[in-house]
Amino acid sequence: MTETPLIGGATLAPVDSRLSGARIGVVTFPGTLDDRDAIRAVRLSGATAVELWHADTELAAVDAVIIPGGFSYGDYLRAGAISRFAPLMGKIVDAANSDAKLPVLGICNGFQILTEAHLLPGSMIKNDHLKFLCRDQVLRVENNTTAWTNAYAPGQDITVPLKNQDGQYIADEKTLDALEAENRVVFRYQGFNPNGSRRDIAGISNAAGNVVGLMPHPEHAVEAGYGPGHTGTDGLGFFTSVLNTLLGDK
Amino acid sequence: MSEISAESAKKFNMDTVENAAATPEVELPWAELGLKQNEYDDVVKVLGRRPTAAELAMYSVMWSEHCSYKSSKNHLRQFGDKVTDEMKKDMLVGIGENAGVTNLGDGWAVTFKIESHNSPTMVEPYQGAATGIGGIVRDIISMGARPVAVMDPLRFGAIDHPDTARIMHGAVAGIGGYGNSLGLPNIGGEMVFDSVYQGNPLVNALAVGVMRHEDIRLANASGKGNKVVLFGARTGGDGIGGASILSSESFDDSKPSKRPAVQVGDPFAEKVLIECCLELFKGSLVEGIQDLGAAGISCATSELASNGDGGMEVELTSVLLRDPTLTPGEILMSESQERMMAVVTPENVAAFEAVMEKWAVEYSWLGEVTGTGRLIIKWDGEVIVDVDPRTVAHDGPVYDRPYARPEWQDALQADTFNGSAADADRPATADELKAAVLELVASPNMCSKDWITNQYDRYVGGNTAQAFPDDAGVIRVDEKTGLGFAVATDANGRYTFLDPYHGAQLALAEAYRNVTTSGAIPMAVSDCLNFGSPEDPDVMWQLAEAIRGLSDACMVLGIPVTGGNVSLYNQTGTTPIHPTPVVAVLGKFDDVARRTPSGWAEDGQAIYLLGTTEDDLDGSEWANLRGHLGGLPPKVDLERERELGEILINASRDGMIDSAHDLSEGGLAAALVESALRFNTGARVALDEVAARDGVDAFTMLFSETQGRAIVSVPRSEEVRFNDMCTARRFPVSRIGVVDAAGAALDIQGLFTAPLDELREAHEGTLPKYFG
Repeated sequence: MTETPLIGGATLAPVDSRLSGARIGVVTFPGTLDDRDAIRAVRLSGATAVELWHADTELAAVDAVIIPGGFSYGDYLRAGAISRFAPLMGKIVDAANSDAKLPVLGICNGFQILTEAHLLPGSMIKNDHLKFLCRDQVLRVENNTTAWTNAYAPGQDITVPLKNQDGQYIADEKTLDALEAENRVVFRYQGFNPNGSRRDIAGISNAAGNVVGLMPHPEHAVEAGYGPGHTGTDGLGFFTSVLNTLLGDK
Repeated sequence: MSEISAESAKKFNMDTVENAAATPEVELPWAELGLKQNEYDDVVKVLGRRPTAAELAMYSVMWSEHCSYKSSKNHLRQFGDKVTDEMKKDMLVGIGENAGVTNLGDGWAVTFKIESHNSPTMVEPYQGAATGIGGIVRDIISMGARPVAVMDPLRFGAIDHPDTARIMHGAVAGIGGYGNSLGLPNIGGEMVFDSVYQGNPLVNALAVGVMRHEDIRLANASGKGNKVVLFGARTGGDGIGGASILSSESFDDSKPSKRPAVQVGDPFAEKVLIECCLELFKGSLVEGIQDLGAAGISCATSELASNGDGGMEVELTSVLLRDPTLTPGEILMSESQERMMAVVTPENVAAFEAVMEKWAVEYSWLGEVTGTGRLIIKWDGEVIVDVDPRTVAHDGPVYDRPYARPEWQDALQADTFNGSAADADRPATADELKAAVLELVASPNMCSKDWITNQYDRYVGGNTAQAFPDDAGVIRVDEKTGLGFAVATDANGRYTFLDPYHGAQLALAEAYRNVTTSGAIPMAVSDCLNFGSPEDPDVMWQLAEAIRGLSDACMVLGIPVTGGNVSLYNQTGTTPIHPTPVVAVLGKFDDVARRTPSGWAEDGQAIYLLGTTEDDLDGSEWANLRGHLGGLPPKVDLERERELGEILINASRDGMIDSAHDLSEGGLAAALVESALRFNTGARVALDEVAARDGVDAFTMLFSETQGRAIVSVPRSEEVRFNDMCTARRFPVSRIGVVDAAGAALDIQGLFTAPLDELREAHEGTLPKYFG
C-alpha cells in the first residue's frame, strides 16, 4: 500500500541491531483503525514494520503478520466476514499453515478475521451488555509458549486496553474443552469478564502456537504515557516475543 | 454516469429558468420551505424574475438561520473586530472557512471546530448524534487535515425523566458507534442534566485535526476549465431540508413527524473518505474542496463558486443517486452524509480517479469551473439554476432583531441563594458536611461520567496523553518532539441565564483554566452558541450579551475565536433553554510529556490551593441540588485567570507540580474527591487556616464556586520553589494538605473522613442506576 500518512512518525534506533532485519507486516483493510498503533509497536520493539494492503497479492517477504483492530468493512454483515476474502488473507492462511509456520497475530477485529478465516476456532458475538466498552483490562497469560507470548512469565497478569462492541467469545463445549486440553487458551480475563466470553477467554492460539488472536489491544500499551494508567507498557511483550521466535531464542 | 434517463426526468414537472421567466404568475411553496414573505421578495428582486423550483430550494436552505446566521451575523462580527495583531499572529485561517487553523510550530498546524446537532438528536438520538460527529469531522478534512480527536458536550433533560433515557442511550451509542468506527479518540466533553433541556437536548460535537502548513486546503473553485467532482456516498432522500426545517423552527406537535429530515450515517464510508481525501491531499490532486453538510449540493456548489474567481456549471443528472425518483430540488437539498465535492485540474483527473478506485469510492464528474461568474445548474441539458453564487452563499438576509433586557432579569438577580428558603438547612456539622459532599459527588451533574466515556475509544491512534476525566484532552502530534495540543470545552447554562454577559465569559474562563491546568498554553477559541428563538427579544438579548461578553473576554485573554456555530430556536413552545454558549479552548504543548494529570498519585506530596474563596453559591451545583436558581454568578476576573494560567503552565514546564485540578462546578469539594478517585489515592486536608484567611465557613469553603482557583500537588523537593513563584507573582496560595496513599480516604481534618470506597460508590453509582 502507499504509505499511511502518520501524525509525526518517529524513527527510533533499534534495540538490537539483529532486530531491524526482522520484517513484521501490518495489514490494512478499508476500515482498519489501529494499523498505525501496531506499526508503532513493531517499531518500538526494534523490528521493521511493513505496511501491507488487503488487496496485495504477495506477502512482501515478511517474517510475521499482524492483523490490527478496527471495523474492517464497517463490520457489515458480521465482523471480519468480508475481510477474510481479501486476496492477501489467502496468502496469510497458507503461510500460517505451511511448514514455515508464519507467526500471525490478530488483535480485536484481527481476531475476528482469523476466526472467519478458520485459522482459529470459535467466534465473537455482541458483548453481553450490548454496549461498546473501553477499559483497562487485566489479562492472565495462560500460555507463554506461543510465538507471541514467550516474553511473559507463565500466569503473569498484564494490563492492556480493551475496546470493542462484539467481543464475547463463543464456541461449542467440545471446542472449548479441546482448547483447554491443548493449552490453547492463551489469555483469560482476570477479575472481571467484560463481555460474557465463555470461560473468561480473551485470546487463543492454533495448535502450533504460531497464530494467536485476542480481543484486547496490546499495541495500546507499549509506550509510557499513552497506555493504561499513563504508565502501562505491558503490551510490548507481544512484539518482543515474536522477535525471540524469529531469532530462535525461544 | 447518469442513472436517470431523459424520459424519467421528464416525469418531473421541469421548471427551467426559461419557464420561470415566462410564467411569473406561478405561485411557489416558499413558506413551506421556511422562507418569509420579505425573503421571498428579495429572491425575486435578486433574480429579476421568480425563482425556478430548484433555485427556490437552494435559496430556502442557504438563507435559513442555520446556514446564513441571519439573526446573529450582526453580533458575531465582534469576534472578527475585537482582535489584535498579537492575537492573530498564530492564526493561519480565521472565521469563515470550514474551520479555523492555528500554527502549532515546527511546521505543524491544528484545526478545530465545534458544532451543534441538537434538533436531529431530539428526533432520532442515534443518527442525530452520529451524524453530528460525521459532519464536524468532514469540516476538519475539508481543511486538509487528518482528524485526530473528537469531544462531545451534552446537555439532556432531568436524569429521572423517562424520555432522558431514550436520548441518553441513543445519543451516546450514536457518538460511540460513529466516532469509534472512524478511529478517532474521544478525549472529553461534558454531561449536564437539567429539565430546561427536556424537550430540546443539546448535542454539540467538536473535532480536531492536524496538518503540515503546506497541506492547508480552502473551499474555493478557481481556474477556468477545472473539473468539479462529487465523491463519497450516493445522494439519497435523507435529510432533505434538515437545516431549514429542523434547525430553524421550534418543535410543534401539530405538524407531521419530521423524522425523514434526519440524516442517516455510514461511518465506514466516512472512514474510507478520510483516508481517500488524505491521499488526494498528499498527491496535491485537488485545487479546492468542500464537504457536504447542511444544504448539501446547494451549499457546496454555491460556496465553492462564490469563494472562487469564476463561476461554475454542473449537470445535476450526473449525480449518483440512491433513490432515482428524487427531483432536482431534492437532490440540491439532500443532506445525505459522507459526501465531498472537489475541484480538480484536467491533468490530475486520471490520478484522482486512481485514488477513488483504490479506496473503492464512487465519484461522478458534474461539470467545471467557468469564467462567467454565474452558477449554472442543468438538468439533462436544460438550465434550472442560473444565479450569482454570492447571492446564495453570502448575501442572504441579515436581521437586526430587536432585543431588550428581560423584565424579569432584575428580580432573578435579586433572588440570592444565601438566606433563601432553599438555604434554610445549610449543612454545618461534621456529619452534615460529609453527607453533603457525598450527595454532591453522586448528583447527576457531578457524578462520574464513566458510563458514557467507557463507550468511547480513547486509545486509538496511540497519541492520547490525557482524556476524560482529566480537565483537558491532550493529544501528541509529533512523536519526535512530543509537540501536541490540549483542548477543553465548557459552558454553564445557569450562570449564563443569571447573567449572559458574564456567563459566557465564565465558560471561556473555565475552558481556559482547564487547558492551563493541563499545562498547555491557550491559543484559540471555538464556540457553539446554543440559544432559544432570536424572534424573542429576551433570548436575543441573551445572545447579544453572550457574544459581547465572550468577544470582550477573548481580548483580555489574548486568544481569538477561529470558528464555531450558532444554534437558535432551541426551545419547547415559547420556553427557551438556558442560554448555553459552549466554549472550546485549544492550547499547545512543546512536549506533551510535561502534561499535568488531574489526580494525586505520589504519597507525601503537599496539596496547595491557589486562589481565594468567597461566597459564590448563586447558580452553583449546591444551589441547583436545593432547587434554587437566582442571584449573580461568580465574579469574573480574567486578569486573575491569566495569572493562574501562567503559574500552572510554568509549574508544569519546570516540573514543580505532579497534579493539578481546576475548581469549577461543585467547588473544592468536587475537586478534592475527583483528585482522590483519579488514581485511587487519598489525602489529609485541613481547611481551617485558609477558611479563616478568606473569612468563610467550612461549607462555603467546600461548595462555593469562586473562579480563578485550582489545587495542585507539589513534590517536597519543589515546595520552596513553588511557593517562591506564587509569592513573586503575588498570587494567593495556601498549603491545605498532604497526599496520603495509605489512608485510602479523604480526611478533612476536624470535620470528617470519607473512605475512597464510599466516595467511589457514591460517585460512580449514579449513571448505572438510571441507565443500566
